[in-house]
Amino acid sequence: MEESVKIEAEGISEEAEEKVRENEENPVLSVRNLHTSFFTDSGEVKAVNGVSFNLKKGKILGIVGESGSGKSVTAYSIMQILADTGRVVEGEILYNGKNVLKFNKKEMHAFRGDKCSIIFQDPMTSLNPTFTIGSQINEAIMLHTDRKTRKAATARSIELLEMVGVNEPEKRISQYPHELSGGMRQRVMIAMALACEPDILIADEPTTALDVTIQAQILELMKSLQEKMGMAIILVTHDLGVIAYMCDEIIVMYGGRVCERGTADDIFYRPCHEYTKGLLRSIPNIENMKERLVPIAGSPINLLNLPKGCAFCARCDNAMKICLEEVPPEMEMPDGHFASCWLNVKKAAEQEQAEKQAGAAAVKAGADTTAAKADEKTGEAEV
Amino acid sequence: MDTARKNPDMPLPKKNPLSLQLDLSKFEKATDEEKRQQDVMSESTTFLKDGFRKLMKNPLAVGSIIVLLAIILMMIVVPHIVPYTYSGIIKVEGVKDPGAKNLMPFEYSEMEKAYMAKGGKIFPHIMGTDELSRDYFVRVVYGTRVSFLVGVFASVIVVIIGVLYGSISGYFGGRVDMIMMRIVDIIYSLPDLLVIILLSVVFRETLDFSKVPMLQKLGANMISMFLVFGLLYWVGMARLVRGQILTIKENEYVLAARAIGAKPKRIIWNHILPNCISVIIISAALEIPSAIFTESYLSFIGLGVALPMPSLGSLASDARSGLQSYPLKLVFPAVMIILIVLSFNLLGDGLRDAFDPKLRK
Amino acid sequence: MLKYVLKRIFYAILTMFLICFITFFAMNAIPGGPFNGEKAKSKAVMKVLNERYSLDKPVLVQFGNYMKNLLHGDLGVSLKNGRDVSQTIAESFAVSAKIGLIAVVIAIIFGIILGSIAALNRNKWPDRVIVFFATLATAMPSFVLATLLLLVFCIQLKWIPVWSSTSHSYILPVISLSLYPMAYITRLTKTSMLDVLGQDYIRTARAKGVSQRKVIFVHALRNALIPVITYIGPMTAGVLTGSLVVEKIFTIGGLGSKFVDCITNRDYTMIMGTTIFLASFIVVVNLLSDLVYKVIDPRIKLS
Repeated sequence: MEESVKIEAEGISEEAEEKVRENEENPVLSVRNLHTSFFTDSGEVKAVNGVSFNLKKGKILGIVGESGSGKSVTAYSIMQILADTGRVVEGEILYNGKNVLKFNKKEMHAFRGDKCSIIFQDPMTSLNPTFTIGSQINEAIMLHTDRKTRKAATARSIELLEMVGVNEPEKRISQYPHELSGGMRQRVMIAMALACEPDILIADEPTTALDVTIQAQILELMKSLQEKMGMAIILVTHDLGVIAYMCDEIIVMYGGRVCERGTADDIFYRPCHEYTKGLLRSIPNIENMKERLVPIAGSPINLLNLPKGCAFCARCDNAMKICLEEVPPEMEMPDGHFASCWLNVKKAAEQEQAEKQAGAAAVKAGADTTAAKADEKTGEAEV
Repeated sequence: MDTARKNPDMPLPKKNPLSLQLDLSKFEKATDEEKRQQDVMSESTTFLKDGFRKLMKNPLAVGSIIVLLAIILMMIVVPHIVPYTYSGIIKVEGVKDPGAKNLMPFEYSEMEKAYMAKGGKIFPHIMGTDELSRDYFVRVVYGTRVSFLVGVFASVIVVIIGVLYGSISGYFGGRVDMIMMRIVDIIYSLPDLLVIILLSVVFRETLDFSKVPMLQKLGANMISMFLVFGLLYWVGMARLVRGQILTIKENEYVLAARAIGAKPKRIIWNHILPNCISVIIISAALEIPSAIFTESYLSFIGLGVALPMPSLGSLASDARSGLQSYPLKLVFPAVMIILIVLSFNLLGDGLRDAFDPKLRK
Repeated sequence: MLKYVLKRIFYAILTMFLICFITFFAMNAIPGGPFNGEKAKSKAVMKVLNERYSLDKPVLVQFGNYMKNLLHGDLGVSLKNGRDVSQTIAESFAVSAKIGLIAVVIAIIFGIILGSIAALNRNKWPDRVIVFFATLATAMPSFVLATLLLLVFCIQLKWIPVWSSTSHSYILPVISLSLYPMAYITRLTKTSMLDVLGQDYIRTARAKGVSQRKVIFVHALRNALIPVITYIGPMTAGVLTGSLVVEKIFTIGGLGSKFVDCITNRDYTMIMGTTIFLASFIVVVNLLSDLVYKVIDPRIKLS
């Protein structure tokens, strides 16, 4: 964000601008129309239904949503570490233009851990209880780097543990996971994920299982590591506070679909989807401290029987007939972020109609201003 | 801000909504009724209902239940229908028929053939007869009865003692638990089969059951076997229940119950045991075959039920002497044991798959 | 670690003492002495015999004497044939243990392999075939199996001679002994393996880029074997000390059949000796398996 502002302000050379554009046009990871389902005894559970996004080099992308909205499944689909019953049924996942879904076994093993790694939600269960911390980090190092001996790998492990702020790393590497606290284990997970300096780091609710003071430390650590190592991060969480603090771009998910995407400002100050609005109403902040919080009524949808139209319609206060029948398309909002809600379509249609009427009445008077507005808009869009 | 705004060529549904011919009626507010119809939730189920449904979907478990029901029905009905007894020699018109020994299934002796020629009716020997001219089918049915009851009864004893002991030990913890578990450890390391044999020898000599007719019929061996089950086999169950309770005890709802002043007995009965009941039932179901196995071993080495009462183990043991000529006599009781044990094992597995919350996805 | 081991040894000794105590008094509760069963002896002869074997002293004194001798490794002599009990046990145990050890090794190796195959091919045909036979085998009493094997291979087909102390055809007894534990280990390994494969740390390993083979054999198997080991301990003790039934059917003079013999003969010293030997063997094996358990699972706290 800031970069582009700077470009405008200082008018940096064309070349640099080109580079930035290229960078943005060739995302390190591009997910296109992803559908992932789990085939259980009771039927097909459609966990992800057409999610698309781009992850740019060195950026942090946040995915928010409640439990069962498909955010973790999206992350696991990228890594191809879904449970046995899960399968990507449609769509593409492009890493530097190559489809991850078409990788053979060898390419996949090289992709996982080396190019793309993941930090899981629960550090308590995500480390193998029967191996030492050291041997688990060493394994990743020995698999993907030139350090093939245990000695060389251990040296690197100690370095990594030091980097993620584990005290006495020489001692820790010979300890077992159960001897470490939750925060320490999550640091170990991060060290393990960063062992091979991946291009992409997926953090699947990395702070959910930790207590609040540790949460802040871990987030701080991730942010500083990201600045140091420059990898792109996908941050999956249901914690809006975390998202606001960390992310360059945010995707709000519901029922396996993207509701709204934009910057933190777009999402927090100008939400355009009823679900996002509800989500924001349900968290406390300074302004509504005295008021009662408004929860979103109803319960998450059943992914076994997805509704025909908008996934959120049954819980939406302003649902319309069309919401029940048709899936809302993604539409650009006046401020430039995207939302998929029929209410926006309605609003835009009404506005257009009003403009037409007004335009007919005052062709001359209105012409200048509308043109100016339009200019502004296109100008902005091109930046 | 541009990162989001630019949204570089993504394969999104890029139809421009504004150019659509809008049907304004569709943009009316939906009623609650319409919304509710959309809210297709899966039917709400209780833990028991859901587990039972899962159990019924498991063909092996359903098959086992059917087999077990058939065996139970057979145990009840057959002695009333078949006109032979397990201990008496086959009689034709009230006369003992020593010629009816070692018959093959559905074969008749000379005397029976003569009687049938006269127009009399003889109930067929479905499994033949043994070397003492007794109907083998009835003996197998009675043997099944004995083995089955031993299994069920042993399981009941094990559950009662094990659950009581385990829950007390697990709930109170600390020193009580330490002492109680040491006792369990010691009993656990006793070689069970050896102790059973040892004690049945002792009991056979010391206990006098002649005054209690029903017990006498079963014999000292059976009684001592039950006593030994009661003394030894509950330790596994006690350990299991204790372990369960130790975990459940840590849950907040137990703390909540304690905070509102519930007494230990109430907490154990109302809050803790219902949460480990599935584990108890499953291991009780798996306890039955192990007791049946033990009974058949003991009968096999001659320490089982008193003669002439048969059990499946003693029938199989007796059949060994004439194995070459009459292998079927081993096959019938052996098949019965395998059927019963297999059914209980499969039922236990099915119950575990259906009711163990740990295995739920 | 040392403290834990010492503590466990202390409890093991306590258990042993209790077993001696129970066995001794159970034996004495039986009315009639060891010499009642034989041809009527005159009272004088009985008295001499009782004095010879200290059977006339109070029970507690007898027990005290016995324990004193036990500490010196002396289990006394058989009341029936006068042979040294320790030596008799040693001889018959050698026979039982030889067959038992082969059976245990076969059961463990094949059980773990088959269980892993079943788990990795869940709901495919190898799984179904293995589970079918394993379930059937766990429902088959060993005397049925042993008798059938004897009937088919020794009597009908005459492929294998019936076991005797001179011949070395261990095949049938070993099969009879190993089938049940093998089937049990197979089932245990399968369940445990499936449980472990669903754990978060397996996902972590996969996410690290570890190959499927290594995930299974390095990360999963080690954890999956923990419950198997708790079974292997007591099972080994049971099989090594000899199965009463299998030894009886194949007429092997092992410890199991000795035990049955001495019980029916009311040979007090033999019963005591055999029980104490078997119990201590089981206690020691349990102790060892707990220690192995600790080595494999670092989470077990030694306190």
